[in-house]
Amino acid sequence: MNAPKMRPLIAALAGLVALLTALPALAEVKIQEVTTPKGIKAWLVEEHSIPFAALELRFKGGTSLDLPGKRGATYLMSGLLEEGAADLDARAFARAQESLAASFSYDVGDDALSVSARFLSENRDEAVELLRTSLMEPRFDQDAIDRVRAQVISGIMSDAKDPRDIAANAFTQMAYGEHPYATDGKGTVESVNALTRDDILAAHKGVFARDRLYIGAVGDITPEELSTLLDNLLGDLPETGAPFPGPADVSIDGGVTVVPFDTPQSVALFGQRGIERDDDDFFAAYVMNQILGAGGFESRLMTEVREKRGLTYGIYSYLNPKDWAAVYMGSVASSNDKVAEAIKLVKEEWTRLRDDGVTEKELEDAKTYLTGAYPLRFDGNGEIASILAGMQLQGLPIDYIATRNDKVEAVTLDDVNRVAKELLDPDHLHFVVVGKPDGLESTASN
Amino acid sequence: MLQTIARGLAPLALVAGLFSGLAAPAFAEAPASVTDRVTDFMLDNGMQVVVVEDHRAPVVQQMVWYRAGSADEPKGESGVAHFLEHLMFKATKNMASGELSATVAANGGEDNAFTSYDYTAYYQRVAADRLELMMKMEADRMVNLILSEDDIRTERDVILEERNMRTDNNPRALFGEQMNAAQYLNSRYGLPVIGWRHEMEELSRADALDFYHTYYAPNDAILVVSGDVDPAEVRRLAETYYGVIPANPNLPERIRAQEPPQTAARRLTYKDARVAQPYVSRSYLAPERDPGDQKKAAALTLLAEMLGGGNTSYLAEKLQFDTQAAVWSNAYYSGTSVDRTTFDLVVVPADGVNLEEAEAALDKALADFMERGVDMEQLERIKMQLRASQIYQQDNVDGIANRYGSALAVGLSVKDIQDWPEILQSVTADEIMEAARDVLRPESSVTGWLMRQDEEEVMQ
Repeated sequence: MNAPKMRPLIAALAGLVALLTALPALAEVKIQEVTTPKGIKAWLVEEHSIPFAALELRFKGGTSLDLPGKRGATYLMSGLLEEGAADLDARAFARAQESLAASFSYDVGDDALSVSARFLSENRDEAVELLRTSLMEPRFDQDAIDRVRAQVISGIMSDAKDPRDIAANAFTQMAYGEHPYATDGKGTVESVNALTRDDILAAHKGVFARDRLYIGAVGDITPEELSTLLDNLLGDLPETGAPFPGPADVSIDGGVTVVPFDTPQSVALFGQRGIERDDDDFFAAYVMNQILGAGGFESRLMTEVREKRGLTYGIYSYLNPKDWAAVYMGSVASSNDKVAEAIKLVKEEWTRLRDDGVTEKELEDAKTYLTGAYPLRFDGNGEIASILAGMQLQGLPIDYIATRNDKVEAVTLDDVNRVAKELLDPDHLHFVVVGKPDGLESTASN
Repeated sequence: MLQTIARGLAPLALVAGLFSGLAAPAFAEAPASVTDRVTDFMLDNGMQVVVVEDHRAPVVQQMVWYRAGSADEPKGESGVAHFLEHLMFKATKNMASGELSATVAANGGEDNAFTSYDYTAYYQRVAADRLELMMKMEADRMVNLILSEDDIRTERDVILEERNMRTDNNPRALFGEQMNAAQYLNSRYGLPVIGWRHEMEELSRADALDFYHTYYAPNDAILVVSGDVDPAEVRRLAETYYGVIPANPNLPERIRAQEPPQTAARRLTYKDARVAQPYVSRSYLAPERDPGDQKKAAALTLLAEMLGGGNTSYLAEKLQFDTQAAVWSNAYYSGTSVDRTTFDLVVVPADGVNLEEAEAALDKALADFMERGVDMEQLERIKMQLRASQIYQQDNVDGIANRYGSALAVGLSVKDIQDWPEILQSVTADEIMEAARDVLRPESSVTGWLMRQDEEEVMQ
């Protein structure tokens, strides 16, 4: 069980796949760029058939903005935004939100803090004013800090006994050296216990600034209304916040790290260096991964490890181009007596694809899937608002949705096979295995 | 608590937040209500069809729900409903093993399936012009499944790994399994949907095919199509592909073993070295939504929200604000069920508070609630949110499809589904308190402590 507000930030693997960059693509989505009198920019899709709107705010930075010695400050701060603002304490704030039937959710990851709001047209002004107080005038009352801190610590302690979280933390610690990515953004029990109200205030100041803000809006709202709304909501933001951490020095050696944990099924997380989102070969790599291990039942990893041999319920791989490092990751869970075989198969598939490439049919099937599945993402106002904010955060052009499928179609067999040779690196693919795996030991290089 | 498990990696969150499961009357100014989007009809062979329109994007979802879940399994074969769900992706007389999913993917679509106590459902999401192909394949596997012994061996290993992942690797899930087993004295709801491991290991080809031939037929199925479709065209396609399949005249009536009166409060402790955060869980046997009789379930739905719905709830106020006994507390109830279900409470104690103290704090809060009664302002806020959900849910047509599919699969009618929002709005404070008195009775409860391996049990 997760504490109520603090949703797990190390997303379940399915979530990570989705995170793999919003590559939106519906020609019918008509995006307008809105620039407010105060100079705030947003992308809007008008959709007046249902009387509500979704608003997505992304602040680049996320938990990687934590100051030295203050690990967990940004995460705790984000959990406190709905715990009282202006003259409303935590419960009064919640009552006000319920009375308006608005929903605000605040989420923070390694690279960004996101605010996802939806509100009815009939009380939009009041809802947005309430949202404004939570962003601009959060109270950070000491009793709320202590209450949410206890929830965060409960979550950290639970992660310490969860094989997936243990694996994720072991992998990042190995891969990212001194970079904030190396440790869990929730912090440790010690670091979170040491956080003061001043630390929370500093984290708040670090995150919320104009120079790192990206906005998507979808729903029953006109450009003029959105413009006024945004100036009221965000016009008082300071120009800049905390400095960004800068690129991580990624270091992943081949081999296996076993983290002993008494549980019947071992959880393996594997990874190697990845490819940047703005690399010319990104789409070729993306199509390649669709064939190797992306979700669905048709991938090579799924076919070999699950469909043919029944060694697992789920196996997948995903490109993970983060803001300050790019990695190529995957995961599989198999009972302790089978996980060694599953890992051997992953390495074999990694090598086979590097050496032999993919077939024309695999390429065509992957492209048909990727281009056909793209419109399925535009699945509601909130989802589209989130995609719009994500596109801006990644520096994609406003016409990207209409051209994205062309980029997928343009990938050739030669592209995929060349990128497979350059990218896939089975000798530097590292496996972290949490469990009591038969026949596996940590390799010596550790 | 109901569980739903899926074949693939991204199960639909069917039993998500309380509000997601609810419909409510539209605001006066709402231009269209959910009901306006829904068309329903019956094929001659008894297959029920529901169409939910949303023309904003050229996308369609097809779902076929069978009124057969784990609670319909024969004794000794727990998990066979879910096992069959996996096997439905293997070969048929007309398709190779895996061909259906491969075809969906090759058409840029997504497909999956899930199983619960009362139903098993299959779905695809694709571009709207591919609906016919989806129907052709889904209709094919309703009757033409072939299973090889090899399929059985491999897929049985897959479901055992699924059990490992969902349950055996997770002390909270193992604890929940024991809670359920203690709650139900006679109902199949006391067995896990995925099955007990020792029975899963023995599931055979014959077991799977028996379940298939008993329950998979048009007169035991519901087709729900949502998205950019025309109901008349859906009817034409449904008649073409499903309408030609004969009804199963031997479909068994859905008669299940019922609970006897529950007369003894039960307690259990589950200890596991992997427990990081101990907690107290309490469940009470509770009535479900019944056709034409949903008032009590509506009252319990509001009661759960009142007791456990976030920072303004009664338990949060008593256990997290007035006292700091708990890090977290919540209440759950979902009435969409064939037979009697549960009303659940959970309290995660604060550091320094033991489970006995946490349980005492919970019981005191409940007693105080029974004495104080309903906070009318809170009730009004909850009803306001329910009314608003009628607007928000129009943005999620597949969510509406899920709600219709699951409710029809447990025996409710389209009218019951469409009446539900108004019934929720009509619930009075007295009805909520009456429901609370009826359901929150020690003799029909189970109280469980999830504990660390090294924790001392306090003497009772």
